[in-house]
Amino acid sequence: MTKLLSIRLVAILVGLGFAVVALYSFVVGAYAAITEEAPAHLPYEEPRDIAYSFDGPFGKWDVQQLQRGFKVYNEVCSACHSLKFVAFRDLEQIGYDEGQVKAFAASKQVPGIDPNTGEATTRPGLPTDYFPSPYPNNVAAAAANNNAIPPDLSLMTKARHDGTNYVASLLMGYQEPSAELLAEHPEAAPAPGLHHNPYFPNLNLAMAPPLTTAGQVTFDDGTEATIEQMATDVAAFLTWTAEPTLVKRKQTGWPVLIFLLFATVLAYFSKKQIWAATKRKAA
Amino acid sequence: MADTAATATSETAVVTDDGIRRRDFLDIAAVSAAGIGGLAVVYPLISQMAPSKDVLAASSTEVDVSAIEPGQAIKAVFRKQPLFVRRLTGAEIQAANAVDTSSLRDPQTLEERTKEGHEDMLVTMGVCTHLGCVPLGAAEGEVKGEYGGYFCPCHGSHYDTAGRIRKGPAPANLEVPEYEFTSDTVIQVG
Amino acid sequence: MSFPWAKEYTPTNPVMRFFDEKLPLPRLVYNAVGAGYPVPRNLSYFWNFGVLAGFFLVLQIVTGVVLAMHYAANAQVAFATTEHIMRDVNWGWMMRYAHANGASFFFIVVYLHIFRGFFYSSYKAPREMIWLLGVVIFLLMMATAFMGYVLPWGQMSFWGAKVITGLFGAIPLVGEPIQVWLLGGFAPDNAALNRFFSLHFLLPFVIAGVVILHIWALHIPGSSNPTGVEVKQESDTLPFHPYYTAKDGFGLGVALILYFALVFFLPNTLGHPDNYIEANPLSTPAHIVPEWYFWPFYAILRAFTVDFLFIPAKLMGVIAMFGSILIWFFLPWLDKSPVRSGHYRPMFRKFFWFGLIPAMAVLFYCGGAPAEEPFVMLSQIATAYYFLHFLVIIPIVSQIEKPEPLPYSITEAVLGSDDKAVLGKNAKTAA
Repeated sequence: MTKLLSIRLVAILVGLGFAVVALYSFVVGAYAAITEEAPAHLPYEEPRDIAYSFDGPFGKWDVQQLQRGFKVYNEVCSACHSLKFVAFRDLEQIGYDEGQVKAFAASKQVPGIDPNTGEATTRPGLPTDYFPSPYPNNVAAAAANNNAIPPDLSLMTKARHDGTNYVASLLMGYQEPSAELLAEHPEAAPAPGLHHNPYFPNLNLAMAPPLTTAGQVTFDDGTEATIEQMATDVAAFLTWTAEPTLVKRKQTGWPVLIFLLFATVLAYFSKKQIWAATKRKAA
Repeated sequence: MADTAATATSETAVVTDDGIRRRDFLDIAAVSAAGIGGLAVVYPLISQMAPSKDVLAASSTEVDVSAIEPGQAIKAVFRKQPLFVRRLTGAEIQAANAVDTSSLRDPQTLEERTKEGHEDMLVTMGVCTHLGCVPLGAAEGEVKGEYGGYFCPCHGSHYDTAGRIRKGPAPANLEVPEYEFTSDTVIQVG
Repeated sequence: MSFPWAKEYTPTNPVMRFFDEKLPLPRLVYNAVGAGYPVPRNLSYFWNFGVLAGFFLVLQIVTGVVLAMHYAANAQVAFATTEHIMRDVNWGWMMRYAHANGASFFFIVVYLHIFRGFFYSSYKAPREMIWLLGVVIFLLMMATAFMGYVLPWGQMSFWGAKVITGLFGAIPLVGEPIQVWLLGGFAPDNAALNRFFSLHFLLPFVIAGVVILHIWALHIPGSSNPTGVEVKQESDTLPFHPYYTAKDGFGLGVALILYFALVFFLPNTLGHPDNYIEANPLSTPAHIVPEWYFWPFYAILRAFTVDFLFIPAKLMGVIAMFGSILIWFFLPWLDKSPVRSGHYRPMFRKFFWFGLIPAMAVLFYCGGAPAEEPFVMLSQIATAYYFLHFLVIIPIVSQIEKPEPLPYSITEAVLGSDDKAVLGKNAKTAA
């Protein structure tokens, strides 16, 4: 009994110790919070909310949109950004046939080996090859881009909060910093080689505006290539590259949930019935 | 009675004349649903071990055959397995054609095993049909077996100059994969 | 041990009789989770979470074994093989999402299981051993989950590994050598990734072993119940099967609906976007956070911001973080109240609902928030309360509190009366 009492005494002392140290940190922190000004965050904007065909639990790909987005990637983004987890063969999933995929793959040069000399060289791509990187390595990518390495885009929409909207908003968001912003946060003025974009967390982006003029890309389906159209379409395409199984996932989910709902209702009534006799009140 | 729990318990043991109580129906349905759910889970668990998409896609290979001299063979790789491409000499073609096919374990003529106009080009998998070893005879200086074709050292299967099984445990001729000449010097396998 | 009225396993079918003689496994199952295990008849749905935790352990092992068939633990390719699973392996995306969200659900049900234990004082005699083994399981789960999160080799994987192993660097003198030893290098790389994979594969089976001990220890005194009154008679219990198998079956159905809704429709909601960026040792994410189930402990770690006397803040944070779980080991001896259930403990109940639960909620929230005000200050107050609750309030309250009268028996609690109850004796158990 005395032993147990001493355990509790030790515990009380230890507990008070932890609490005192935590509260000491609190007091020091609170004092600092009152006396010092917290470093202000640069005010960046949440992505715009754009409606996509693949949103929601019943969403489906808009194949035309994915093809348009692919064209934007291929003609604009691919100059600097790789897409290393996507193979040419994957393009069959967005409505291209085998021949088109083969022809497109062959139009790209991928790293290869000279069969006679063994030297590193390039060869036309095969459907099984992955999208080649525009740069041989990160050092070359940094050197060509003022030390900012253009990130791989395969997973971009999953690698950012609200990624699809973020990519689209960012591409449409280039503008001059407002006078109020500069008055309040002089440090937000873009340094040389950087570009103001309100959707980018620190407001200054190394990437120059990639979509600058309407009609920069000619869409095969005749859709007018406004900047907004190109930005939303390429964001849709990059959503597909980030998760090609997105629609299949949702479509698999419904039968699973419906079955489980059915099974659970059965389980509920079965349980209720089994328990019925035990709930009888005493006479 | 307050002791209904005990009553309920003993009730469980009561079985009526037909052997099944009406209230069992729900329980059977619920247990069956759980069983069906369990079975449905097995499908993806088994399916995940089948070849993945990238493996299935990597199924065609191009081989340049222009540099192969008569009597020589090269080894290429097709679906991660060796592929033998052999240019037969006149004597080897004659030897292959001289065999009475009815005497073979797996009757096939050389013509059936090569492409028209390219009867001197024998394209086979380098995989013994017995248990999958790689036969000798493709590289310079390797044992070609009693029939001058290929010889599998694992269990002693002898293949002739048309890659047909002649002696030993292998049940069939060396497999000729699907291929075509895309030009006079290039074949595309698969 | 079991109650004398527990049903005896009597196989009727000759195959089962054969087994029962040679290897009485069916008997073991019958006595563990079958009709041979008498369970208090008044268990609420809070008693479902043990079975659910067992289910999610099995689910994690099954999906994990599948993922290990396709994953390669090498820093060069780990991220790519993860994407290979997501894109090319048949049903690979489902296996990975099931595993990632399965970890979250495992923690959800285990947290509910633990809080059930807190409120109903399930840790009290004679169930101390069950509780101790449970805390061991929780610690093993945390280690397993941490190492599993490193495997995809994304940015959060890498920096999480770096930060968490960096905690050991806080230990005076030997800290840094220990950190280097843990990582097999100076920063997370192949050596760390490989050992994490190896241990991540091993530990779940260790957990399964401790779970068996946990259940074994449970069957010595039998399950606790919401009144906290021990089983006195046969009418206080029901056989586990079919009563609790049916109840757990329904509970499992509900849990699976929620779980699969997450897996199929919001699979990345509980994850962090940065982990879809490949690990880059040269660039730190703006805001490193662990997975949500570590947030309360991460908040405690970060609550200590100022050196106190001779104790560096970093060391204090590390001690407090580990201490916050280790103190659970002492709970059975800190809580002296003769009454188990919070339902009959007025003061304890108030501190539980208006102290511990809000403090935990604050710690959860602040652990996931950036290390800025007001989150740091809030987590400092919550941390202070957390330690006070377990180490000061519970010992004192259990001493001075006057419990409310208990029912005579479980039967009385359920049915409103018990023939065997002796008039005036209802409150006696509390004394």
